[in-house]
Amino acid sequence: MALSRRTLLGLAAGVPVSAALAACGSSGPGSGKGATYWYLNGQPQEGVRAGAVDAFNKAHPKTQIKDSTFQNDAYKTKIKTAIGAGKAPTVIWGWGGGTLRTYVEAGRVEDLTSWFDAHSDIKKRLFPSSVAAATVDGKIYAMPCETVQPIILYYNRRVFEKIGAEPPKSWDDIMALVPRFNAKGIAPFSLGGQSRWTNMMWLEFLFDRIGGAQLFQSITEGEKNAWSQPDAIDALTKVQDLVRAHGFVKGFSSITADSNADQALLYTDRAAMMLHGAWSYGIQKNDGKKFVSSGALGYMTFPPVEGGKGDPSDTVGNPAQYLSISSKASAEQKKVAKDFFATGVLQDEEVQKWIDNGSVPIRLGTEKLLAASDSADFLKFTYDIASKAKVFGQSWDQALSPTAAETLLDNIVKLFQLSISPKQFADNLNAVTGK
Amino acid sequence: MSALSHRPPPRREQRNVLPWLVAPALVIFVGFAVIPLVGVFALSFTTWDGIGAIHPSGLTSWRAVLTHPGLPHALWVTFLVMAVSWAFQTPASILIGVFLAGNQRYRAVLGVVYFVPLMLSSAAIAIAYKALLNPNFGLGAGLGIDLLSQDWLGRPGLAFGVVVFVVSWQFVPFHSLIYQGGVQQIPKSLYEAAQLDGAGRVRQFFSITLPQLKYTIITSSTLMVVGSLTFFDLIFILTEGGPGDATRVLALDMYKRGFQASLMGPASVIAVILVLVGLVLALLLRRLGGRDAGASQLEGV
Repeated sequence: MALSRRTLLGLAAGVPVSAALAACGSSGPGSGKGATYWYLNGQPQEGVRAGAVDAFNKAHPKTQIKDSTFQNDAYKTKIKTAIGAGKAPTVIWGWGGGTLRTYVEAGRVEDLTSWFDAHSDIKKRLFPSSVAAATVDGKIYAMPCETVQPIILYYNRRVFEKIGAEPPKSWDDIMALVPRFNAKGIAPFSLGGQSRWTNMMWLEFLFDRIGGAQLFQSITEGEKNAWSQPDAIDALTKVQDLVRAHGFVKGFSSITADSNADQALLYTDRAAMMLHGAWSYGIQKNDGKKFVSSGALGYMTFPPVEGGKGDPSDTVGNPAQYLSISSKASAEQKKVAKDFFATGVLQDEEVQKWIDNGSVPIRLGTEKLLAASDSADFLKFTYDIASKAKVFGQSWDQALSPTAAETLLDNIVKLFQLSISPKQFADNLNAVTGK
Repeated sequence: MSALSHRPPPRREQRNVLPWLVAPALVIFVGFAVIPLVGVFALSFTTWDGIGAIHPSGLTSWRAVLTHPGLPHALWVTFLVMAVSWAFQTPASILIGVFLAGNQRYRAVLGVVYFVPLMLSSAAIAIAYKALLNPNFGLGAGLGIDLLSQDWLGRPGLAFGVVVFVVSWQFVPFHSLIYQGGVQQIPKSLYEAAQLDGAGRVRQFFSITLPQLKYTIITSSTLMVVGSLTFFDLIFILTEGGPGDATRVLALDMYKRGFQASLMGPASVIAVILVLVGLVLALLLRRLGGRDAGASQLEGV
C-alpha cells in the first residue's frame, strides 16, 4: 500500500503545478476558429470600436472576432510582450511608425501590400496622408483606421472672459497671459505630465514653430546631433521658461492623462488652456456636461513663435490609427481579419459614430456628414488642419524606435522638472538617436 | 494505510517518505524560480528587443548597465527606501505591537481596525492614495485645507516621503502582529519580578520587552529589508518612478528598461543584480541573528 501513498503524493505535487502551468499558457495563437482583437479602452472611443466588432460579428455569425480592451499606457507594454512571446492577437491595434517597424523587422506582422493591391478600392476610400505611417521600406503592413488626430490648443472661453483676455496669437502672448491667469488662481495650462507624451506635444510644436519642418524632420529621421541644433536648444529653453513662470497647473507632474484629470481641469474652469489631441474634444463633450454645448470650449492651432521658421499651418499628431495582422495567426484567423478590414472597418455606422463623438474619420467624402453634425465647427476645423497642413508630423514617441522613444520621454520629464538643462537634454538624446 | 496497521513501519521507510514531502515545494520552486533565474542570467548576455530574435552579445549589456548613471541612482533610491521605511516601520510596529498585546477588549477591537490595510491589495492602496493626494481634486482641495494640497507626488522629496509613508501604512499592521505575538510570549513572571524591584513602565519596556524581542526584531527586519527590494506595484502606480527618477527603484528600473525601452538584455542584468543584492542582504541578516540562534533568553525563568 506504500505505493498508493506515493502515487497520492505524486498526484498532490503534480496537479497544482500542471494546473498552474496550464493557466499560464492561455489560449495560444492559431487555436480556436475566431480571430482576436485588442484595442484601447476609455469612452467614448471604446464604444465605437466595440460597436464595429459587434456589427461585424452579427453579419458573420460563423466567424467571430473576440475583442479585449486595455488602458493606453498598459497596452503599449502588453502588446509588445504578447507579440514577443508569440501570443499576439490576430488584429494588432497600434499607432504605426517606429513601433510598427520593430514588428516588421522581427517578422511578426503580415505584409498587406498585395492585399491592398487586390482591393484598391479600400485604399482609395482613405485619407492619402494616413498610409505613410503604415508603410515600412515601401511595403504596407497595416490598415489605417479610425480618426485623424492633430494636436490642438484648447481654451476655456469662460475664464478668458473672466480676466478679459484674448486667446494667444503668438508665443509672447502666451508668456504674457501666464501671470494674468496665475494672479486669478487659474492655471494657465492644464497638463497630465506623468503620462510624459503629454509634455512631448509641447516640444513637438515648439520645435516646428521655431526650427520649421526641417528641424522636426531631422529629429524623426534620427539625424546626428539633431537635438543640439541652435533652434532645438532655443525650443527646449522656451519650454523651461514656461515651467519657471508657472505656466502649467500645480502638480502637473503627478497627473496622468489616462484618468482624464487633465481634461477635467479645463472644463471645471481650473485651467485656461490645454494642448491635447483632437480626441480630447470627444472626452470634454462626454464628461464636461454643458461645457462644449454651451460654446465655452475654444480651439485653435498652436500659435507661431516670434522669429520662428515654422509654417503656422504645420501640425503634429496621429495621422490615423493602425490595424496589423499577426503573422502567427492561423490562415483562418487571417482571413477573418482581412474580411474585417474590408467589410468591418470604417463602415457607415462607425463613421457616423466617430463624427457624433467629434472626431474626423479618415474616410474620404464625409464632408456632408461632418457639416450635419452638432460638432460641425470643430469637425471642419480638424478636417481643414488635417487636409491643409503642409506638414503633418507623426508624434515622436510613435515615429522613433521604442528604445529612443523611452529615452526621449524620460528626459522630457526631467526637462519639465527643471532637473536637467536644455544642453544636457540634447546630449542625452543625441547619444541614442544619432545615426 | 492498512499495511501500516499490520506492522509498525521501520524507521527507514519513514525516512524514504520524507524527501517526497519536499517535492511539491521543490517542483514549484524550480519551475517558477530557478528556471526563470537561469533564463534571465542567460538573457543578460544577449541583445533582445523582446520581439525579434535573441542575439548573443557577450558582455555588452553588462557594460551598458554598469556604466549607466541610472544604476547607482536606482541602487541608492532602493537603499534609501529600504533604510527609511525600516527606520519608520520598526519603532511604529513595536509600539503598536506592545500596545495590542494587552488583553483589554478595546485593544482587541483596535487590533482588528489596524489590520485592515493589510487586507487591501497594493494596487488598490496606491490608486486610493493617488486620488487623495491629487493637489487639484484630492483631499486637500476637497476640504479646502491648503496644507494638504501640496504637489505630493510631483516633487522629488515629497514623492519619496509619500512612497515610504504608504509602504509603511500598508505593512506596519503586519509587523505589529509579529511583535504582538512576540510580546505575548514573554513570561509574566519577568514583569512581576521587575515590579517588585520597583521598575516603572518605561524601565520595564527597555529592560525586559525590547531585549526579549530581539529575535522578533530580526525576523521582522529581514522581512522588511528583503521585501522592500520587491516594491513595484505600489511605486509604479503612485509615481511611475517619478518625478524624473526620484523614486525609480531597481525593480522599476528593470521593468522600464525591459518592457518600455525594449532593452531585455540590460533589464536582465538589473534582474541579476537584484537577485544578488537580495541574497547578500538575507545572508547578512541571518549572520546578524543566526550566530547564537541556540542561545536562550529564558535561562533561569
